Amino acid sequence: MAVLALLSASALAESNGESMRLNLTKGVTDISQQVYDLHMTIFMICVVIGVVVFGAMFISMYLHRKSRGAKPANFHESTKVEIVWTVIPFLILIGIAIPAAKTLIAMEDPSNPDVTVLVTGSQWKWHYKYMDNDVEYYSVLATQPEQIHNKFEKQQNYLLEVDRPLVIPTGQKVRFLITSDDVIHSWWMPAFAVKKDANPGFINEAWTRVNEPGIYRGQCAELCGKDHGFMPIVVIAKEPADYQNWVDEQAEIQRKAKEEEQKLLAMNMSMEELMENGQKVYQSTCAACHQGNGEGLPGIFPALKNSPVATGDVKHHIDVVVHGVSGTAMQAFGKQLSLKDLASVITYERNAWGNSTGETVQAKDVNAVIKGQ
Amino acid sequence: MSSAAEQVHHDEHHDHHAPSGIKRWLYTTNHKDIGTLYLWFAFIMFLTGGAMAMVIRAELFEPGLQIVEPNFFNQMTTVHGLIMVFGAVMPAFTGLANWMVPMMIGAPDMALPRMNNWSFWILPFAFLILLSSLFLEGGGPNFGWTFYAPLSTTYSNDSTALFVFSVHIMGASSIMGAINVIVTIFNMRAPGMTFMKMPLFVWTWLITAFLLIAVMPVLAGAVTMVLTDKFFGTSFFNAAGGGDPVMFQHIFWFFGHPEVYIMILPAFGIISQIVPTFARKPLFGYASMVYATASIALLSFIVWAHHMFTTGMPLFAEMFFMIATMLISVPTGVKVFNWVATMWRGSLTFEVPMMFALAFIVLFTIGGFSGLMLAITPVDFQYHDTYFVVAHFHYVLVTGAIFSIMAAAYYWLPKWTGKMYDVTLAKWHFWCSLISVNLLFFPMHFVGLAGMPRRIPDYSLQFADFNKWISIGGFAFGLSQLIFLALLIKACKKQGEPVSARVWEGAEGLEWEVPSPAPYHTFETPPVVK
Amino acid sequence: MSQQQYEKYYVPAQSPWPIVGAVALFLIAVGAGNFVIESSKGEDGYGGLILLAGLITLFTMLIGWFRDQIHESMNGIHSKQLGRSYRQGMSWFIFSEVMFFAAFFGALFYARVISTQWLGGASNNAMTNEVLWPGFEAIWPLVTTPDGTTTEAMGWYGLPLINTVVLLLSSVTCHFAHVGLETGNRKKLTSLLGVTILLGIFFLILQAEEYIHAYREMGLTLQSGVYGNTFFMLTGFHGLHVTLGTILLIVMFFRVLKGHFNAENQFAFMAASWYWHFVDVVWVMLFFFVYVL
Ligand code: HEA
Ligand code: HEA
Ligand code: CUA
Ligand SMILES: [Cu+2]
Repeated sequence: MAVLALLSASALAESNGESMRLNLTKGVTDISQQVYDLHMTIFMICVVIGVVVFGAMFISMYLHRKSRGAKPANFHESTKVEIVWTVIPFLILIGIAIPAAKTLIAMEDPSNPDVTVLVTGSQWKWHYKYMDNDVEYYSVLATQPEQIHNKFEKQQNYLLEVDRPLVIPTGQKVRFLITSDDVIHSWWMPAFAVKKDANPGFINEAWTRVNEPGIYRGQCAELCGKDHGFMPIVVIAKEPADYQNWVDEQAEIQRKAKEEEQKLLAMNMSMEELMENGQKVYQSTCAACHQGNGEGLPGIFPALKNSPVATGDVKHHIDVVVHGVSGTAMQAFGKQLSLKDLASVITYERNAWGNSTGETVQAKDVNAVIKGQ
Repeated sequence: MSSAAEQVHHDEHHDHHAPSGIKRWLYTTNHKDIGTLYLWFAFIMFLTGGAMAMVIRAELFEPGLQIVEPNFFNQMTTVHGLIMVFGAVMPAFTGLANWMVPMMIGAPDMALPRMNNWSFWILPFAFLILLSSLFLEGGGPNFGWTFYAPLSTTYSNDSTALFVFSVHIMGASSIMGAINVIVTIFNMRAPGMTFMKMPLFVWTWLITAFLLIAVMPVLAGAVTMVLTDKFFGTSFFNAAGGGDPVMFQHIFWFFGHPEVYIMILPAFGIISQIVPTFARKPLFGYASMVYATASIALLSFIVWAHHMFTTGMPLFAEMFFMIATMLISVPTGVKVFNWVATMWRGSLTFEVPMMFALAFIVLFTIGGFSGLMLAITPVDFQYHDTYFVVAHFHYVLVTGAIFSIMAAAYYWLPKWTGKMYDVTLAKWHFWCSLISVNLLFFPMHFVGLAGMPRRIPDYSLQFADFNKWISIGGFAFGLSQLIFLALLIKACKKQGEPVSARVWEGAEGLEWEVPSPAPYHTFETPPVVK
Repeated sequence: MSQQQYEKYYVPAQSPWPIVGAVALFLIAVGAGNFVIESSKGEDGYGGLILLAGLITLFTMLIGWFRDQIHESMNGIHSKQLGRSYRQGMSWFIFSEVMFFAAFFGALFYARVISTQWLGGASNNAMTNEVLWPGFEAIWPLVTTPDGTTTEAMGWYGLPLINTVVLLLSSVTCHFAHVGLETGNRKKLTSLLGVTILLGIFFLILQAEEYIHAYREMGLTLQSGVYGNTFFMLTGFHGLHVTLGTILLIVMFFRVLKGHFNAENQFAFMAASWYWHFVDVVWVMLFFFVYVL
């Protein structure tokens, strides 16, 4: 009966469209369409078998009840029927396995891509690097914490919005090289039927060819610690020409930023400037673990408030932030943040929450540590 | 027998009544006492793990973070899974084995009675450790019951050490329990009780015990490697040192998949006892039931990586594990068909154990169907780590394993206490459970297909409606279990109508030959089985 | 089996030892857990003490439990059927031990055939090598890990080979000690059992020697990548089992001196010798897969 409910419910889903989805998405790629078809095929097969088996059972429950005066028969074996109901399911399974294998083979063939993106998961954000262009950036949850804590009303794309989505061209084969900086994450985009684990130290490959331009949303699909539920993925698929414009633009912006960075080495920023920027960086990068008030989570993430690192030797502090602490959850932020951001966030940590060292850290100090001086 | 032996024997055995007081339970070597202990322990753990599920469901009632912090939510998920699997289902089956296997094969007790007591008493301590770790600074285990590395190694908190050692001793307990069952079945059958005459519950437990002995040590190995990776600088699961986090998953699931059949094979046995009783007709296809069980067990060793399709295995491995997994449907199907054929042209009545058994057949099969869907690799890419999986395994575990345990309890409770339980309460328990459990787990299929990942404390808005219903179903199912608690307390106070030795009109088997309640020692001289 | 042959099965009465054993395991688990946490942080604490208390309790339990058991056995309470229960129980226990080692052998094979190869670019992992670990080559034994830690590989000649001979020899002496027991030749039994024990101890000494050599001279440690991990975990757990086996044999030795065991009543002796042979077989596997290949 419940199977019938699922059947009718999925029919309902077809008519209701996106607003209340009950069934698997058809997605926007040929592969995702095939996956959807496979899903429906096996589902239907299960429904049919269910109807037959439960049907027989309910008929028996009705006809052969003692209260209707049924007398028990005494048969308890029949090699013939037993062979039949071993062989038939077996044949059905073969019938499913063949198309499934075909789809699988197609999915696992990432050769000859047009565009390659290196996707790196880390607690709790995604990093995208276009292998053929000088473009790379982090992509972080953009929903306000106030919405999560029920202080503001939740907006339409609650938990499914990021600051910088991944952009890919339509109609081209995009290959994803998926890996991780820390624990295992899983890059899942339902509309493409792509889900691949991001394993630290290994690279998994997946690919897609998107047919329609649009904005697609997914999530991290492997338990990766505290904020696993807050690690969405957004992909924008653009027409190839638009895509090309976007990439060129980004490359230009990133090149400029690098130049700025070089200039910065010769400058000293003021305490206010550093603190202001530092607070922003801290909130978006560090607060997930060390908490906004710098008190950390006892036993899991150490406090920075009054900590020996944030009030002691500056060099050591920079070293910890830049290179991370191996064997712990503290990542190496050296390659994640710009020199300016590193300098300001370290300054912030040394002067916020009563850590009043009064010291400023400048880009060149950070650079010195990075260069190993 | 020498006279000295006679002497000792006489001293220790001359009264047939249970010793009394707390020592009875602490020092006991009696399979029935130990069975009772296991069953109560399992039930308490079920309530504990259920209470954690209630925390999960309360947090997921609405989108947004309301009641618990994400880190605590993860601890709830983890400990809920661990407690239900290792604390509720497995001990409950072991308890049933303790009570029933010796009686079903005409043995005076389990083969190794003292070790039997040891295996039980380890459990409360093991779970004490696990539960108390929740109160440590930084909290308890928060990496899922599957404790994937490196989340459980480099990135976990201190409680991992306690988690590892508590799993070690639980494992020791399971292995000893399983050795006991196996040896009892091999060595203690009454004269004439050949293998192919053994009741199916005994058969399924024999095979389950084999699985346990084969895979629990592998789990011990896995947790040991987690321990050394975290605390002693090894890199089994760290690529920098030449290891691989995915290796952890291979080792874990080599244990984990047989483990899920450990939690269902005894259930198959129970259903195979109950259905013939209330159909008043012998089990259809006894031999094929035995072979099917054995095939499921053997296949269970070569399908583990179906939990790991998204980890990036090479294509041929994905194919192999897909096909091997699908094959399991065939012997499982044989079992389902045999139950239906047993009912066919029987003379059916619908007492409470039978109601649970029938619900089991339907709902387990639904869970099996979703399992088959999960086995199809390309589609599993979409299902994996969503609520579709959560729906799948709760159908096979809650309406499968747990329902079978309830069926067993209702089936054998009169034999244990000598009194019929409160049938009205039992019926209430059944119907409330049946309705609420489907409200609880069925919509999980929908949210899963629509894309809700598992192990998240908060979700996007399109899942809101269903989650509300799921939570309501969850609370209702939880409350329904309190009816069962009330019924059990009444039953233990020995209220109710006295029952005959056979209890059920159609019941067959040695356990129904002894009086109800079953005397403290049964079959001290073995019965003869024709 | 006809009914006449079916003896009355001995079901022991109440016994305090199991619960003592459970408490012992509890203390061991809590103690070991805390000990590990404390030592990883360099703190002092009670972990070690609790662990010690647990081990003492376990030891007490074992003595008490086995004393009862020996008492029963010497009084001839044990029927043939009970003997079978013990024997079967012991064989399944050994099977579980086999599976425990299988987990670590599995790790060894995986590391060797899969993970290091993939890190080196094999199978579908060309990009893994190219992007993440450029320059890393998969060679077994893995003397240079992907992150550049280096170590030396342990050769099979020298100590390991001697150890193999020692252990194989001990299996032979153990077997003939058993033959001595079966044929009632007590002298043969005691002397060969003694030799077995000495060989076991000798093995352990050599093993310790090897570890010291590895740590001091070769830089091969538990931390040196997956080669060192599997090497020390496999040989270490094996060593632990040899230790346990030796202790068992020593206990048997004293029981033999006290005149226990005869051709009919010898379960404990048999169990110990089975255990010894099992440990030996594991070593042979180790020798091939860890050292030679
Ligand atoms: C009692 C426990 C139990 C049982 C019996 C099963 C039974 C099965 N399971 Fe399930 N499973 C779990 C417990 C269980 N599972 C758990 C706990 C998880 C999640 C673990 C985690 O990640 O936390 C899981 C996850 C899981 C996955 C991984 C999903 C993912 O994470 O992506 C897969 C994939 O293949 C799977 C498959 C199957 C299959 C094919 C069966 C088969 O045995 C089912 C066979 C039965 C039938 C098919 C129905 C009856 C048959 C017929 C009526 C015959 C005719 C039918 C046909 C020919 C179609 N299971
Ligand atoms: C046999 C095993 C078993 C059983 C019986 C259950 C029973 C239940 N499970 Fe669970 N579950 C698992 C095994 C099991 N589960 C596993 C292995 C996981 C995976 C963990 C992981 O991801 O690592 C999981 C995960 C899991 C999740 C997903 C969590 C996540 O991904 O974040 C959810 C969510 O709804 C859930 C819910 C429930 C509910 C509502 C019940 C109910 O059936 C429970 C009903 C029982 C009671 C409620 C107790 C009785 C009543 C009281 C104590 C009185 C108090 C009652 C009220 C206040 C109403 N379970
Ligand atoms: Cu990243 Cu979950
Ligand atoms: Cu499985």
